[in-house]
Amino acid sequence: MSAIELDPGVVGPVPATRKWRGVPGLRGTGVAGHLSALVLAIAGFVAVFGNMLAPHDPDLTNLSYAFVGPQPGHPLGFDSQGRDLFSRILAGARSSLLGPTAVVVLAMLVGTFLAVATAWKGGRFDRWVSAGLDVLFAFPAIVLAIIVSVIVQPSLLSATIALSIAYTPYIARVLRSAALRERARDYIAALEVQGLRAWIICVRHLGRNLVPLIVAQGAVLFGYAMVDLAAISFLGLGVRPPQADWGVMVSTGQSGVLQGYPLESLSAGVCIIAVVIAVNILGERLTERANSVSR
Amino acid sequence: MLKFVVRRLMMLVVTLFVASFAIYSAMYLAPGNPIAALLGGRTPTPEAIAVLEERYHLNDPFIVRYLRWVGGALHGDFGVSIQLRQEVSTLISQRIGTTVQLVLYASLIIIVVGVALGILGGLRKGLVDNVVIVATTFSAAVPSFVASIILLSVFAVNLGWFPALGTGDGFVDQVKHLTLPAVALAFSSIALVARITRSAVREELSREHVQTAVSRGIPYRTVVRRHVMRNAAIPITTVVGITVASLFAASAVVERAFSLNGIGAYLIQAALSKDIAVVQGISLVIVAIFVVVNAIVDFLYAVLDPRVSLGQAAA
Repeated sequence: MSAIELDPGVVGPVPATRKWRGVPGLRGTGVAGHLSALVLAIAGFVAVFGNMLAPHDPDLTNLSYAFVGPQPGHPLGFDSQGRDLFSRILAGARSSLLGPTAVVVLAMLVGTFLAVATAWKGGRFDRWVSAGLDVLFAFPAIVLAIIVSVIVQPSLLSATIALSIAYTPYIARVLRSAALRERARDYIAALEVQGLRAWIICVRHLGRNLVPLIVAQGAVLFGYAMVDLAAISFLGLGVRPPQADWGVMVSTGQSGVLQGYPLESLSAGVCIIAVVIAVNILGERLTERANSVSR
Repeated sequence: MLKFVVRRLMMLVVTLFVASFAIYSAMYLAPGNPIAALLGGRTPTPEAIAVLEERYHLNDPFIVRYLRWVGGALHGDFGVSIQLRQEVSTLISQRIGTTVQLVLYASLIIIVVGVALGILGGLRKGLVDNVVIVATTFSAAVPSFVASIILLSVFAVNLGWFPALGTGDGFVDQVKHLTLPAVALAFSSIALVARITRSAVREELSREHVQTAVSRGIPYRTVVRRHVMRNAAIPITTVVGITVASLFAASAVVERAFSLNGIGAYLIQAALSKDIAVVQGISLVIVAIFVVVNAIVDFLYAVLDPRVSLGQAAA
């Protein structure tokens, strides 16, 4: 349409010259960013197809194999119930990754909506919503999850909803200040003068320019959500045993740890750490990129 | 400055009231019949029910019960645990010491190790800085309960250097018992504090007044102490404060992993056994600590950076 609508990426600082600029969508995140994305792609693949990939039935107990170490065909050995650990790790990827994904989607949707709405409307609406979010800030995510677990039967769903509520104020606060910055720009004023409806400007223009920051924040949030959800399942207030889930496995493996068979807890813990490192690195790189573009 | 303090204190009181209302009304929605819990399976006579309803004020309207609860809470009275028939305040005060010790110990580790790593990485570019970055990237991703399990496995079970579970008696024994839990609780927060410290030091180093001081021939150590660290102290204080405030909730996980008898582990136990009054009481205590520590951080921020109290950008 007009020069005002130039993609900010075009006018931003030109990145240092590199021959290979990377996978589209990951440009500027470096080798570490690409490796992280690879780890996440593998984790995502296992989350979708883990049940099919599992060489054995993850729920089949056989007490005569309890705490038997790695064997041919059973690379991680067996847990306290004689279930194949490797199969349980693969099967557990689904709930361990599905929960944080749902938290990110929910918190991002509500948080972005509140951020754009408060930044756009301003005034009394902004003050009330911000005050409400400030109160929510006072509730640590774990405490909120504990309170929810008393009201409803604890499950992955209840923990997911509790965490989404707990994280929404963080997202809303970060994005609100970015939305305010965009709101003050000339192109928004130009669009308003052209008579475009507010929600169209918000969704198609302002919202779209927030996308890099939303993606970056989403990655950072995913790491926190994964840790907190696993912690909640560890406490027995989220996913419940005997379902295979990494957080649950760290917890059920604890009796083995004290008896000198730490493989169940350790392997599940290592999976959590690997995914969280990957999203943290990716989130950090994407945030750097988003900031360097918007300034 | 006074205006800032008053406004912040008012915000604090309002937040606490709304939060207490949210906690109380959420628990009000919880399923379960307190009468049935009190009778414990015995067949109730109408008179017995009436007596119990009278004693525990079960027939009063919601708002009256809330006001009685919050009024009591202001005096340190959180009601009675219907399951244990004990004062919630007693149950809390028996356990809060362990949690406070654990949080203080963890805070000490976070401040000493986190700030030291951050300063090291900030001042020494190159190899040292890269080591700090890799180490913090790793430790940031280790959840406290995974850290607990790893520490238990390595230092308690295999090496036998530390006791695995429980709180211990006497100062030395207590410190020994709390060392692994405190490290587990501190582990991922060390990374956060180190990262913020590092970037704060970097940013101050590149400031013009620091460059000027260096070029005037002032000894490097003096420049770092007087110009870099003093300004970097502002973001460092903020992140340390927020981290310490969040430890009270986070310690629940570690207390549970190490079977420590603190309020966090007790909160979870109460949630699992649906002991409503205890969940309400401990939730309110943790939220109150969180909000108050955050307010203290804001005051410190204003002391360290006088511009804040003039009304510029507190966010």
